[in-house]
Amino acid sequence: MTVPRTSGSEDMLRAVRRPVPHDSAEKHVSGEAIYIDDIPEPRALLHAYIRSSDIAHGRIKKLDLAPTRAQPGVAAALAAADLPTGHNDIGPGFAGDPVFAEQIVEYAGQSVFAVAAETREQARAAAMQAVVEYEELPAILTIEEALAQDAQVLPTVTLMRGDADKSIAKAPRRISGRLAIGGQDHFYLEGQIAMAVPGEDGDMLVYSSTQHPSEIQHHVAHILGLDANGVTVETRRMGGGFGGKETQGALFAVVAALLAQKTGRPVKLRPDRDDDMILTGKRHDFIADYVVGFDEEGRIHGVDFMLASRCGMSPDLSGPVNDRAIFHADNAYFLPHVRIVSHRSKTHTVSNTAFRGFGGPQGMMVIEYAIDEIARTLGIDPLTVRKRNLYGKRDRNVTPYTMKVEDNILAKIIGELERTSEYWQRRKAITAWNATSPFLKRGLALTPVKFGIAFTATHFNQAGALLLVYTDGSLKLNHGGTEMGQGLNTKVAQIVADEFGLDFEDVKITPTTTGKVPNTSATAASSGTDLNGRASLIAARTIKERLIKFAAAHFHVAPGKIVFANREVSIGGEKMAFVELVNLAYKARVSLSATGYFATPKVAYDPTTMRGRPFLYFAYGAAASEVLVDTLTGEYKVERVDLLHDVGKSINPAIDMGQIEGGFIQGMGWLTSEELYWDAKGRLQTHAPSTYKIPACSDLPRQFNARIADWSRNREDVVYRSKAVGEPPLMLAISVFHAIKDAIAAVGQYQISPQLDAPATPERVLNAIDALRLRLGDHLPAREAAE
Amino acid sequence: MISSDDSDPPAPASGGSAGSVSLAVMVNGTRYPLTLDPRCTLLDVLREQLDLTGTKKGCDHGQCGACTILVDGRRVLACLTLAVMKDGANITTIEGLAKDGVLHPLQQAFIEHDAFQCGYCTPGQICSAVGLIAEGRAQTADEIRESMSGNICRCGAYPNIVAAIQQAMGLP
Ligand code: FES
Ligand code: FES
Repeated sequence: MTVPRTSGSEDMLRAVRRPVPHDSAEKHVSGEAIYIDDIPEPRALLHAYIRSSDIAHGRIKKLDLAPTRAQPGVAAALAAADLPTGHNDIGPGFAGDPVFAEQIVEYAGQSVFAVAAETREQARAAAMQAVVEYEELPAILTIEEALAQDAQVLPTVTLMRGDADKSIAKAPRRISGRLAIGGQDHFYLEGQIAMAVPGEDGDMLVYSSTQHPSEIQHHVAHILGLDANGVTVETRRMGGGFGGKETQGALFAVVAALLAQKTGRPVKLRPDRDDDMILTGKRHDFIADYVVGFDEEGRIHGVDFMLASRCGMSPDLSGPVNDRAIFHADNAYFLPHVRIVSHRSKTHTVSNTAFRGFGGPQGMMVIEYAIDEIARTLGIDPLTVRKRNLYGKRDRNVTPYTMKVEDNILAKIIGELERTSEYWQRRKAITAWNATSPFLKRGLALTPVKFGIAFTATHFNQAGALLLVYTDGSLKLNHGGTEMGQGLNTKVAQIVADEFGLDFEDVKITPTTTGKVPNTSATAASSGTDLNGRASLIAARTIKERLIKFAAAHFHVAPGKIVFANREVSIGGEKMAFVELVNLAYKARVSLSATGYFATPKVAYDPTTMRGRPFLYFAYGAAASEVLVDTLTGEYKVERVDLLHDVGKSINPAIDMGQIEGGFIQGMGWLTSEELYWDAKGRLQTHAPSTYKIPACSDLPRQFNARIADWSRNREDVVYRSKAVGEPPLMLAISVFHAIKDAIAAVGQYQISPQLDAPATPERVLNAIDALRLRLGDHLPAREAAE
Repeated sequence: MISSDDSDPPAPASGGSAGSVSLAVMVNGTRYPLTLDPRCTLLDVLREQLDLTGTKKGCDHGQCGACTILVDGRRVLACLTLAVMKDGANITTIEGLAKDGVLHPLQQAFIEHDAFQCGYCTPGQICSAVGLIAEGRAQTADEIRESMSGNICRCGAYPNIVAAIQQAMGLP
């Protein structure tokens, strides 16, 4: 079937383009929205607990669950040896993630065994009674150690264009350095959770807080020894996902299902917050070495980047995450000669995973840092250097991976933001202000974002939907995407409603279930609406075409004269209610249900050569941030932020704005306050919000102006010409990091460039200031002078 | 700020089974006599015994605000509060804010301002904001931001949360 054009004239739209509130809005404010832990508990429910390794690397010398099984309330305890099929791996794509450790544990927090008991407290207490003895082995705990020992979860990947070495050697100027970029815990406010309910014939129903029900279904079936048709996975909504429930929900779902199979009783598994943070993967931290050759204007001639990321103990999604880091190490800039070497380091820490941006943010940080260094070396404003290096429209428009940048609107976005944020006036004012302020320094930065949209693994770019029309005129839709707060269901309902000229409220979206739409992709890569919205539209179009065909024959009217609008159908000028036509069609035995299927066109890329078109299009944005740093303490406040972001033609401006602001705030947390800390034994010490600092309401910029670039339109035929918005705004926060760096540079009158790693915690800021003062030869630190 | 309350727990009920206490609380206008383990938090009592699951558990350590409820009009973290300490208290949860099917002005304002994404923090945010308004201290957007800082929203809906509270307070 050919892909139908997104239809209808703009002025006929009733739902699309409107800031329709989230489809669960009333339920959210009244407390009626049901998350998995709120589902009325089934009879005979057991509660499960996973006991995990408390060492980073070791051999299990002894594992005796007999004392556990003898505890009150215990119904079952399972370890690797007890698995029904012998299958014990839930790695996505690549193996390496056992449900339960076999002989070896490879991180502190790795699942060793699980217990089901009448209460959660009993399960936990009983688990602690097991005898577990380890023989400790040497552990690799940092990226540096992994690089030194050549420890990798996947082979190194290199992307080359031209001759990086020669271009750098011949360039008039060059810089080099190293940047460390921290990881990030998802801290979805609803933690991981699953509830498994056994049914007839050994079937299993699993409620899972997951972005990827199909994969959970696959794992449960495989590990339990069932066919996929015996396993149903249902996800109504998540209390946040952010990538942390793309693969990480599998352990909890599979363990709950195993214990339910073993006991024949329903089992709920909800780790507490500390266990959740210790057991599950996070955003990859990176170290990056850069060498850049450029000219006196700041134009880049060649780059040589080494990216190394902490993948943890297994591959999980580290392959595509690191590929995406490579694909975004250009961000918005044309790099004529390129070498990017990407090491996927193996460490004895939790296996890192997807997190909003999926490696893109880390790649982008590297080039933005390099650009900032170029500017400070030359004494040119960093924004000027950024603009000089932007991709061109006609030439200088091919990415290192050979995809052409076809719809580059960044110059326009940056230009507009320069004006609305009054960048240059403020730059002047800030420089003058800093010259007279000895201890408080202001910093300003404007950074762009160009983010590729599509799954880089081409075959994930497909989606399905199932639409049912009932004889009372109401519509029920199931699609393969999952709702995690991003408003996917709302947008999809808007799209389907408009296809029939109905109201948004006429369409009900049901919980995502593998029983309705099979073989779905994860709701990830920002592509939820692009894929599921389009598949749903295709399903709607199929039914609509049947109705048109029927009406045309029944009323002897040309199909072109049949129009759905205002909850009515105009048939050659005669109007009838939508529900009436549906009833006539029903009586005439017209099928009123349909599936829709969509596969993204154009994308194709060869992972062995790193060449092709991994993305259908790019989403753009830019941010200008201003900070005020106290150079005596390293503390700072974000004073003002201006965002301008491209969502194509928005399907729902309110939802898109929420994604833009929320993504920025989450990115700001990543680059400023959220610091993960492992101790010398490889144990995560930041496993609760008391020690892991997520942005709070009080961290909001004092002035926060976010805008949608309302003139934009997706040049690709994406549903209603919109663009994906889930991930790209996160990277707008890179401007905050560079504003801080700019404020620190003011300490040295902008004569030398400060070195700053991410996250820019007050401690790091203070260290950067001290290091800068040392380099300035200022042996009487201002702090002492101030006392 | 949100706090746990540390008034004295009632004495164990005589005649109750060993290790359990009897008490009664008013929740959303209904009186519930309870017999429970004195270690039970108010959060678990609400969610597991009274089936009031609108109050969420985000961290269970008093650090995220998802479990914020109103006890005698003051905002309190239910996960840090032992139920036995609230004998006789008047409790309002998110389920008790709407009156006769009409949403509380804050609930309405949260909808109008899109002050949530995943919704998991929302009951806590709204109860916290009701308490904040009752305290009468916060008058400006800056003060609202400061005094709502105990309620984490990982989706980052803060700008809209502040706007919704401002609207409900009648601030420009
Ligand atoms: S659950 Fe009570 S503060 Fe987090
Ligand atoms: S709406 Fe998701 S945590 Fe606030």
